[in-house]
Formats: sequence, structure tokens, C-alpha cells
Amino acid sequence: MIAYLVRRCLGVAGVLLAICAVTFIIFYLLPADPAAAACGKTCSPQRLAEVRHYMGLDQPLWRQFGDYLVGIFAGRDLGSGPHALHCGFPCLGYSYDNALPVWDLLMDRLPVSASLAFGAACMWLVLGLGAGVTAALKKGGLLDRTLMVTAVATASLPVYFTAVMLIYGLVRISGLLPYPTYTPLTSDPLGWATNLLLPWLALALLYAAMYARQSRSSMIEAMAQPYIRTARAKGMPARTVVVKHGLRSAMMPVLTLFGMDLGALLAGAVITESIFGIPGVGRLFYDALQRSDQPVVLGVTLLAAFFIVMANVLIDLLYAVIDPRVRT
Amino acid sequence: MAITLNTSTQADPPVLPEHPLRSTSRKLWSDWGTRTALIAVALLILTALTAPLLARLGGWSPTAFDSRAIDPYLGGMPRGSLGGISAEHWLGVEPATGRDLFARVVHGAQVSLLIAFAATAIVVVAGTAAGIAAGYFGGRVDTVLSRLMDLTMSFPSLIFMIAMMSVAQDVNRVLLMTVVIGVFGWPGIARIVRGEALSLRHREYVDAARVAGSGSWRILTREILPNISGPIIAYTTLLIPGMISTEAALSFLGVGVRPPTSSWGQMIAEAVTYYETDPMYFLIPSAFLFIAVLAFTVLGDALRDILDPQGGRS
Repeated sequence: MIAYLVRRCLGVAGVLLAICAVTFIIFYLLPADPAAAACGKTCSPQRLAEVRHYMGLDQPLWRQFGDYLVGIFAGRDLGSGPHALHCGFPCLGYSYDNALPVWDLLMDRLPVSASLAFGAACMWLVLGLGAGVTAALKKGGLLDRTLMVTAVATASLPVYFTAVMLIYGLVRISGLLPYPTYTPLTSDPLGWATNLLLPWLALALLYAAMYARQSRSSMIEAMAQPYIRTARAKGMPARTVVVKHGLRSAMMPVLTLFGMDLGALLAGAVITESIFGIPGVGRLFYDALQRSDQPVVLGVTLLAAFFIVMANVLIDLLYAVIDPRVRT
Repeated sequence: MAITLNTSTQADPPVLPEHPLRSTSRKLWSDWGTRTALIAVALLILTALTAPLLARLGGWSPTAFDSRAIDPYLGGMPRGSLGGISAEHWLGVEPATGRDLFARVVHGAQVSLLIAFAATAIVVVAGTAAGIAAGYFGGRVDTVLSRLMDLTMSFPSLIFMIAMMSVAQDVNRVLLMTVVIGVFGWPGIARIVRGEALSLRHREYVDAARVAGSGSWRILTREILPNISGPIIAYTTLLIPGMISTEAALSFLGVGVRPPTSSWGQMIAEAVTYYETDPMYFLIPSAFLFIAVLAFTVLGDALRDILDPQGGRS
């Protein structure tokens, strides 16, 4: 188990390093010059060279990349002399746009994206798994067909369409909900939930449809296994057979999917956040792109990769705990 | 029993097994839902192929402004009801510019489907090649390719696509988008193909070909590939709706194709602000996108049920 954990951790480090390198190279090829933007319009060539040096842009690519990596683990000093700026431990650099540390910006926005992701995840798990398992148990019946037709149609609607329709129906026409403005959970739990209800619904409907389809097919597969027949033959109550034997093995592929989806959403649902104007990580990313704010874009990409990789590791560990065959 | 069966069939001409293509199309046609999806897909492809012709039939170029179709006193809203639907403008016009929606949506179909199909082609070719090599050769080749699949799947793909699309300035947007979408899609199908190839590589007929002196290339293309073509076809069809959605999402975010070239996602993005004042403008491109994604999904589901009845559902 320990050897397995060590190997997984090394793998994670390798993946994150590769993602960091690829992102760095892409933005190195970026034609926009952040030094020129920072220096302003009336910038002498000499001053520009100073700014470039201060930002570390005069270094070769491998050197910039090396400094960036060292900064993440040990912090680093930006510039030199009296204007040097110390950037502490998880140093992801400073935003070119507003000179704030990227780490602080990310940590500022993360609770918003996390609220969106976890709330939506709860909704889509209940809706999707409920519909999928019900359809699987009533396979071939009218309920199954209705649920699956609804699911395939809902999954074909893009989230920005669903979002606009929800705003139209629930805010403009009926006035049931306020137009979403983010309120932190700590200051006003009720306001937090009512404001996020609309984005939760928009995201959850899409994912619920996909999960309903996935969980239906894996539940049907699980219920066709011989051990289900054995359990039934033993005279076990139908409910126990479904929950203990069927659901448990049917949930394994759903779990993998869930880890990936939640990991990707934690680092920002770019489209949903920009439609509803929610100030999350996705919104930060989108705004940073418009301004070629390379450190922020790099930071968000790394954060997203980190969540996806960690979600994968957690799911694999969970598998290893449940199923000893994985541990080899 | 067996004897009587034999004598009875002797009188009839021998029954040949149905050609797989014919049996597949017969099964697809027998269900009304799949039949509708098949017709919708055919119509969409036809629309995309003949877009310039159809637009000329409608009488308007997708970039031509028509100031007579909009009302300057109403902030450039289309004249007439339902977003200006009339004999002249079949699906109405865009507010403010008066560009013909039919021409734009039809040209959008061309862009959206072209990108989706080309990206799918990249994904399927790369994924099949990687999967078949990993599964058949095993060992170090498998280790390297599987690591590469894990790595690609760990990339936050949407975020990466957006970043790459906005970094690139003066390149062919359609080509770039195809490549960017294609780059992240291959591991999914590669995993399925790898599993299939793994289970086939020690079958008797493969061993027989090897003993008969066939090289790896010949075995891969003549023995393995034909036997896994069913699942590949099914998953290829199931990939297309995802590609259409991704293209639409990127164009919606404004990093896809650039105006005046139209695409469904971009049209929806422009129409979002008008959803209350000119609902048809918002609903028409949305409906096309919805029908395209839905039709390909239904068709892909049906093909998977026919061509790959047990496998690949994990």
C-alpha cells in the first residue's frame, strides 16, 4: 500500500510538471509583450529593458521556467535592489494586471467556484442517480423510456441555453428567484443558497442527464451478474439485493466519472460563471485571458490540473480500499 | 430434431448470412427514433455540403446587411413579427444589422459540422493507432502510450483549449480549432481500442497469421482492425455530438471562429442579449445546435447497441 502511494505521488508530480511546462511554452510563444503593457505608452527603450529585466522576461525560457518552479516550493524574490518584491511560499507570481499575488487571487475566488461545484454536484447526484437507477430497475417500461428520452434531450442542450431559459422562467417571468449575485456562505447562508440555486440548477441539469444515462447502463450490467441471482435465490429481500449488491458495483464507473467532473469544475465552470456573472475562478481565467495576464492564466491552469489529478488519485485510493486487486 | 432440420433446409436455397452493413442499416431503420435521427443527420450533412447553394436559393448572402428589414426607430429590431420571418427572410433577420438568419445558420452548419467531423477524424485516427499499438505490442510500448493517455486526460481540456485559441492570433481559425479540439480527445477511444486489441492478440487466427509469416503491420491491419471496427464506428458516432458542443462552446466564449464567419455557438452568444426582445433570434441557432447534438447522440447510441452489445460500457 505504501509503495503504491509513493508511486502514485511521483506520477502526480510528473503530470503536474508536464502540464506546467506545456502551459509555460504556449504562453512563451504569446506575441503580446507584457513588459510593454506594464511600462505604458511613453516608454523609452531603456526603461522597457529595465521592466523586462524586473519581470524576468529577458531570461531564456528554461531559466524563467526554472525560477517559476523554484518559486512555487520555496518562494522567490522578483526584481533586485530596493524595489525587490518577495513572493512567499506558494509563489505563482504576480498578476500583470493589478500586481496582486496570483495565489491570493486564486484563493479569493476558489470558495465561489467550490460553492458552485459542490452544490451542483449534490443536485446532479440525487437527480441523475435517482433517475438512472429507477430506469434500470424498470428497464423497458414506460417510466424507463420517458426518463431516458428526457435525459438524452437534456444532455443535448448546451448549458448557456439552459441558463438563459432558467433566468427567463424563474427570474423574469415568475420572479421566484433573484438574479444571482454571489453572497459568501459565512455571512448569509440562506442568501448564499438562494443566489446560487439558479447556477446550480443550470449545471446540475446537464450533468444529471449524463449521470442518468451512465448509471442506468452500469446498473443494468450489475443487475445481470450471476451473484445477483444467487442473492435473490438465497431469499434476500429485493431492497437489500439492489442496494448492497447491485448499486455497490454499479457505482464504481460512476465514481470515476464523478471524480473527473468535480475536479474540473472546482477550478471554475468558465461558461456558467460568465453567464451568471459569478466571480469564481473560471471568471478570473476568462478576464485574465482578455488582458493576456499570463501569470493568472498559468495559475488557473495549474490549479485546474491539480484538482483533476488529485480527484483521480482520491478515486483510485478509494478503489484500492474497496478492491484489493488494484493494489498491485 | 437435427436430422429433420437438415432435410427441410435442403429443399430451400442455402441461407447466406446477411451482410453486416445491410443488417446494421435494417436494424437502424426499424426503430422510429433512430430513423428520425438518421434523417436529421442526413439533412444536416446535406445542408452543410450545399450551404452556399441553399443560401443563394434563399436570396441572401450571410454577410449582406439589409437595412430595410430592421426598424431604426425600435433600436434596430427586425420589422414584422417572429424576428422578421417573411417570404424574403425565411428565418428572419439579425437585429441591428438585418443579416439574413437562414443564410447565417446554414453557413454556421457548414463551419460547425466541418470542425466537428475533422476533429473527430483526428481523434479516431490517432486514438485507434495509439490504442491498437498499445494493446497489440504490450510491454514498453503499452506503458509509454498508457502514460501519455493518462497525461492527456489530466489536462484541464476546456481551459487549455480556451487558452490556446486566444493565444493564437493570425492563423486559420477553423484549422486551429480542429487541431485544438482533436488533440485532447484521442485517449478515450484509444482506451477502448486498446482493450479490444489486448483481447484479440492471442486469438487462434492471429497466431495462425503470425505462424504463416505475416508481419506486424499486416496482422494489425488485416486481422485485428477489421475485428474491432464495430466498436470504433459506434464510438466515432458518439464522439461527434461532443465535438459539436465543444466547438459551439468555444465560439460562444468568443475564442472560436471570428466574425463575419458564422457558427452556431457564436450566433447564440450574440443573441443572448436579445432573448427577451427578439426570442426567435436566440431560438433558431439554439434549435439547430440542439437537433444536431441530439440526432448524433441517438444515432450513436443505436449503433453502439447494435455493433458493440456487451463491451465498453465501463
